[in-house]
Amino acid sequence: MDDASTTDGFTLIKMRNIDKTYRRGAEEVHVLHGLDLDVRRSEFTAFMGPSGSGKTTLLNLVGGLDTPSAGSIQVDGIDITRLKGAHLTSWRAHHVGFVFQSYNLIPIFTAFQNVELPLLLSGLSRAQRRAHVESALELVGLRDRMRHYPRQLSGGQEQRVAIARSIVTDPPILLCDEPTGDLDRSSADDIIHLLQRLVSERGKTVLLVTHDQLAADHAHTVLHLDKGVLLRTPAGATAA
Amino acid sequence: MKYLAFFIANLLRRKVRTFMTIGSFAVAAFLFAMIVVINGSFRHGLDTAVTTRLVVANRFSTMQPLPLSYLDRIEQIDGVKGVTFISWFGGVYVDERNFFAQIAIDGDTFHSVYPDVEIASDQWQAFTADRQGCVAGATLAKRFKWKLGDRIPIRGTIFPGTWEFNVRAIYDSPRADKDTSQLWFHWKYLDERREWSKGLVDFYLVRLGDPNEAAAVSRSIDATFANSPWETKTGTEKMFATAWLAAIGDITTLALTVSAMVLFTLLLVAGNTMSISLRERIWELGILKSMGYSDARLFAFLMVESSLIAAVGGALGLAFAKVFTRGGDPTGGLLPHFYLSATTIMLGLVLAVSVGVVSALVPALCAMRLKIVDAIRRV
Repeated sequence: MDDASTTDGFTLIKMRNIDKTYRRGAEEVHVLHGLDLDVRRSEFTAFMGPSGSGKTTLLNLVGGLDTPSAGSIQVDGIDITRLKGAHLTSWRAHHVGFVFQSYNLIPIFTAFQNVELPLLLSGLSRAQRRAHVESALELVGLRDRMRHYPRQLSGGQEQRVAIARSIVTDPPILLCDEPTGDLDRSSADDIIHLLQRLVSERGKTVLLVTHDQLAADHAHTVLHLDKGVLLRTPAGATAA
Repeated sequence: MKYLAFFIANLLRRKVRTFMTIGSFAVAAFLFAMIVVINGSFRHGLDTAVTTRLVVANRFSTMQPLPLSYLDRIEQIDGVKGVTFISWFGGVYVDERNFFAQIAIDGDTFHSVYPDVEIASDQWQAFTADRQGCVAGATLAKRFKWKLGDRIPIRGTIFPGTWEFNVRAIYDSPRADKDTSQLWFHWKYLDERREWSKGLVDFYLVRLGDPNEAAAVSRSIDATFANSPWETKTGTEKMFATAWLAAIGDITTLALTVSAMVLFTLLLVAGNTMSISLRERIWELGILKSMGYSDARLFAFLMVESSLIAAVGGALGLAFAKVFTRGGDPTGGLLPHFYLSATTIMLGLVLAVSVGVVSALVPALCAMRLKIVDAIRRV
């Protein structure tokens, strides 16, 4: 267990001895047990497993949306479990993009405005923001739909807008929680291919939670979780 | 400015609800303004009463008169710079709904007590030269479209018969909060025509050189007429105005109570609306937080949204109230000082925004404390 491994140029995410326990009334629910994980930079890693196995919790921990009950999470050399409040918020804004199953676009905003939301936190000028948004929408093939509202887009298009929103600030990590779960096969394939391109062309590190074996097959590494424990560690990303 | 579209889109998310909420703020602001205006109208005498003037009334009742012969004796008292007298004339102009105050004054001594009343000198001369002349307030003249030279018939209710007056002068005030809705005419004309109460006046009005002498001069006046058939009670204008207010009830307390109830009700309504709005958007707040929007920023967003609704609603209500009060006294004379001041407008706006802020406080604090994973899980 080399604590300096996230700075070796290859390993971007390093999780050690991660426990996550929720309290539900008097009952304690153990979601993750002593999980160790290394994810390399520009790696496409898929997590599979039955519902309740801890996949989404794992993503939330990596993204700083939740904190582990025990253990440490280092991302690019930063122990994010030590970050609190505004520091964690700022770190998240600069390092992580989220893609959710239900797209989570804000319905009162156009595609352009949805993608622009993360950029409003930056010091970019209006023209600079516009350039970034158009570039992101171009990348996902929806520049011609930027004035459309979510209700005017198909599910696949909505998810592509959500991906554009997640990459518009150019974060190194994309956390995708069942992004193809609500899509037909064709749209799901489009999304997976888009994620592959982001890894190969843009050097993004993608962590994908999915129940879809076909989607997972496109990842460099597929890891299985069951009852909070990583079961199998194929080549590529490693359960340390 | 970069968040402007954000706020506008959120405000228009539920248009009907937003407009209803704005409407409730507008109605509350309008009611608040009306209560303050009506209260102000009742208190007008108190607020504009000066400390350099005394009122001399009959000791036993302000409804009882005093003899004209007191004029010379009061003038002799140390500290008195001027004395005049007035009598109330209860009359009806055309219709009983056209209420306004008609007061018999003494043209010879009036300016010795009221040197600051604005009347053109040629008009005042025309008034003093005409025994049936009258002076109309600018608001009154505008209300009935009177102009100089018009002949005004007034039916007496205390002193019977039709009394005719010629409009010879119009008085005004540069201050919008001054009462310019009265009609003044010659006491001598009243006294020579009426069949009783001859030689009697309702009040003497005394101007002091030094307001610090008010108590001493009051005592001197009352002592002068002690043990006479017409004993006096002298006090400052403010004292008489306060007594009058007490006689008609504690309007201020009533107004403040109603205002507080209206604002509290609005607080509950607005707070409930903000809570509903927040519950509908919890997942959105979670998404924004996941993008890097801080707790403080989201707190500020919700406060700004609520304040905007409150400010727009408050401004609309106050604007309508201002337009309404510009039309003048809607009661036909009971509220001659029907005026909405800039101070009240500012106070109304501040109150509206404060209610908006307070109503959003709890929902905004909830938004701050919202855990992202909980918020997103609700989708």
